[in-house]
Amino acid sequence: MTQLKSGERQLAMILSGLVLLAGFLLAAAGHGDPMGVHGWIVVLFAAVILVVAMRALDDPEPTEDRTMSYYDDPTKVGIVIALLWAVVGMGMGVWVAAQLAWPDLRFDAAWSSFGRIRPVHTSGVIFGFGGNALIATSFHVMQRTSRARLAGQVSPWFVLLGFNLFCIVAASGYIMGVTQSKEYAEPEWYADIWLVIVWVVYFILYMRTLARRNEPHIYVANWYYMSFILVVAILHIVNNLAVPASWGGAKSYSLFSGVQDAMTQWWYGHNAVAFFLTTGFLGMLYYFLPKRAERPIYSYRLSILSFWGIVFFYIWVGSHHLHYTALPQWVQTLGMTFSVMLLIPSWASAGNALMTLNGAWGKVRDDATLRFMMVAAVFYGLSTFEGSFMAVRAVNSLSHYTDWTVGHVHAGAMGWVALITFGSIYALTPVLWRKKTMYSWKLVEWHFWLALSGTVIYVFAMWNSGITQGLMWRTYTESGTLAYSFTDTLVAMHPYYIARAAGGALFLAGAVLALYNVVMTIRRVPDHAPHLDYPTNSEAAEPAVPAGE
Amino acid sequence: MSVKERDPLTGHLTTGHEWNGITELNTRVPRAVWFFIIVTHIWAVVYWVLMPAWPVVTTYTKGLLGYDQQDKVEQRVMAANAARAVWTDQIATLPAEEIRADPALMAHVTRTAPTLFGDNCAGCHGQKADGGPGFPSLVDEAWLWGGDADTIMETLRVGINSPHPDSRFAQMLAFGESGILSRDQIRVVVDYVQSLSGLETEASQERLDEGAVIFEENCASCHGEDAKGLQDLGAPNLTDASWIYGSDDQTMFTTINAGRQGWMPAWEDRLTVADRMMLTLYIQDMAHEAKDAD
Repeated sequence: MTQLKSGERQLAMILSGLVLLAGFLLAAAGHGDPMGVHGWIVVLFAAVILVVAMRALDDPEPTEDRTMSYYDDPTKVGIVIALLWAVVGMGMGVWVAAQLAWPDLRFDAAWSSFGRIRPVHTSGVIFGFGGNALIATSFHVMQRTSRARLAGQVSPWFVLLGFNLFCIVAASGYIMGVTQSKEYAEPEWYADIWLVIVWVVYFILYMRTLARRNEPHIYVANWYYMSFILVVAILHIVNNLAVPASWGGAKSYSLFSGVQDAMTQWWYGHNAVAFFLTTGFLGMLYYFLPKRAERPIYSYRLSILSFWGIVFFYIWVGSHHLHYTALPQWVQTLGMTFSVMLLIPSWASAGNALMTLNGAWGKVRDDATLRFMMVAAVFYGLSTFEGSFMAVRAVNSLSHYTDWTVGHVHAGAMGWVALITFGSIYALTPVLWRKKTMYSWKLVEWHFWLALSGTVIYVFAMWNSGITQGLMWRTYTESGTLAYSFTDTLVAMHPYYIARAAGGALFLAGAVLALYNVVMTIRRVPDHAPHLDYPTNSEAAEPAVPAGE
Repeated sequence: MSVKERDPLTGHLTTGHEWNGITELNTRVPRAVWFFIIVTHIWAVVYWVLMPAWPVVTTYTKGLLGYDQQDKVEQRVMAANAARAVWTDQIATLPAEEIRADPALMAHVTRTAPTLFGDNCAGCHGQKADGGPGFPSLVDEAWLWGGDADTIMETLRVGINSPHPDSRFAQMLAFGESGILSRDQIRVVVDYVQSLSGLETEASQERLDEGAVIFEENCASCHGEDAKGLQDLGAPNLTDASWIYGSDDQTMFTTINAGRQGWMPAWEDRLTVADRMMLTLYIQDMAHEAKDAD
């Protein structure tokens, strides 16, 4: 707030007031429906922000020249929120995993049933943890690589807080049974509309900041962040096209039906993996890995090749989720062949990252933060290979509907997405809060080994479980009849489910250490002035941003 | 800043750009990358030529192999059915005793029936077919409708209280809720019924006699004068140790007060005759084994 001018504070007040009104409308229209509860959640959320803005309304104007510094406050808040979501989302994950091994852990309540808390886990880690980390780091990376301050004071807050309002509405909705039954797109129509508004503001903010950059070229990380923001907007809007059943309830009907609906959903679903969980985090990788290793990117040409390869091929491959279904075979063929062609650009990215570490392997050995990023790149390579492999119809006939898919997703989500995020957070935290180092490097080291062992246990358990399951389903007796009943497969999977829950628990423990370590870094580590961390035009000593801003 | 520098480690030039300390080398794309890009693309093109692939206005390219997943799956299902028909036809047509007498046919039954039972029956009757509250045990020889092969086959075919037009129908009336018996009368008859199967009861002989009268007037028409049940009506034997819902005071009170109506699906449209015959033989065997084990 101290960095906001009075006009900006008024704008923040007006915006939160509008959201508050929208909340009241939602509460009134949805009275007696979960939508009404959501209305009150929105009212509460907006009221808190409104009060904060009002209390700061008469504060003195900021004295320092804001154009002389980067705007890091939204990033700081975003990082802490991301870690909070990590603990919540991964905690839910351990719980759902435990429910699969011991179903009584549902405790006989409706809200705690598997179908309701599983999306809290998936949305919690993907959107809560991943999304906040992406937004926060994108603000940071964008400013540093453009040597320009964010193009707005209020809009970064609008994006960050608005996105979290969406996450809260989503998660609380699942608990109440609100879902449109589309995986990773469960929230209902009003939450979807809100996310569109937030995301468009995010896109505009990003474009405006990029437009005022003081570098002749746009750095690779920004290509990836841009593709993430742009494509996620398109995916979200198309897949969520729906007609509300009424204005007074959390229920809508999709514009698509039957196999078209399935295809649209998995076009969305797989590109959520691509443009949310891959390109955004590649942006992270492309900034924090060379920064930490203090090595130049191995090959600019490889960056170009893999960027365009990934964004072009990925958008085609969603149909590999629907092999051997009512989806026409030619669509499956395209999904499968494009998945295989996608492999090389994906590996080129992973290779580019690993080759960048040449000359810095000593650092990888000694510095757990850089090792997080290195292992993330390895897991990125592994899971993209696995993904292309599983997209082949013959392989898919074994892997589909089994835990192999779950193992694959988690190799990507834990091994790649979460590790690169944790590595980036450890690299970023001291820079943001102007500290020399993290509070405890030993805890980072502990976190690394907890996360790695948790991931390996999880993934191996699910490989075993999935392949066992798939083989049992297709085993025939000499008579040509099925050898195993479904329950037989559940009995066979039980030990792996216990191992999976244990692996997840290790991973969660690591995330808790990360939160503790970051909080202690903020509170306990003495301040340390950084070297040259402000926006400036390198060719002239003038401020990067016109004084009028 | 557009100065190209040579990286001392790799000997490659940078692109001359710099972002907050990050530079990039202008290294050539490794040959292996190009090689595998070409290989995967050639593979994709070959696959497109051979298989259904690209949409063309209202149709799509069918591929040189003429492969169609729908035809393929139908062919395979037909081939598998034909391979099994050698013995399933016999099982579907022969009487149960003749199947039992043929070890080759029984080998198929022993291999197949446990999976059929696990996927279709165990959900209610339990993996060991010993039932649970509300779901009859199949291994206690206390058959509701009869345990001979023909009767079990019919029960499987039409179900009990199912939507099937020939469904078996059975209902325990809600004697209390419909006002036929008072609460006290129900308690008396509970004591009496418990005494029939030798369950411990503290009731006096006088009370049991009173219960016998109530039973005679209200229950005997379905459960029989001797309370041994009537299989034609699906009315259970009350003198044995088998209880579908339970034999404690509270459960029996609820049963008589509010009535009961179990439900079993009709399997005629879901399982073949051979499947149902295999299940029948398997269920009978399980019941026999359980008896022998006692």
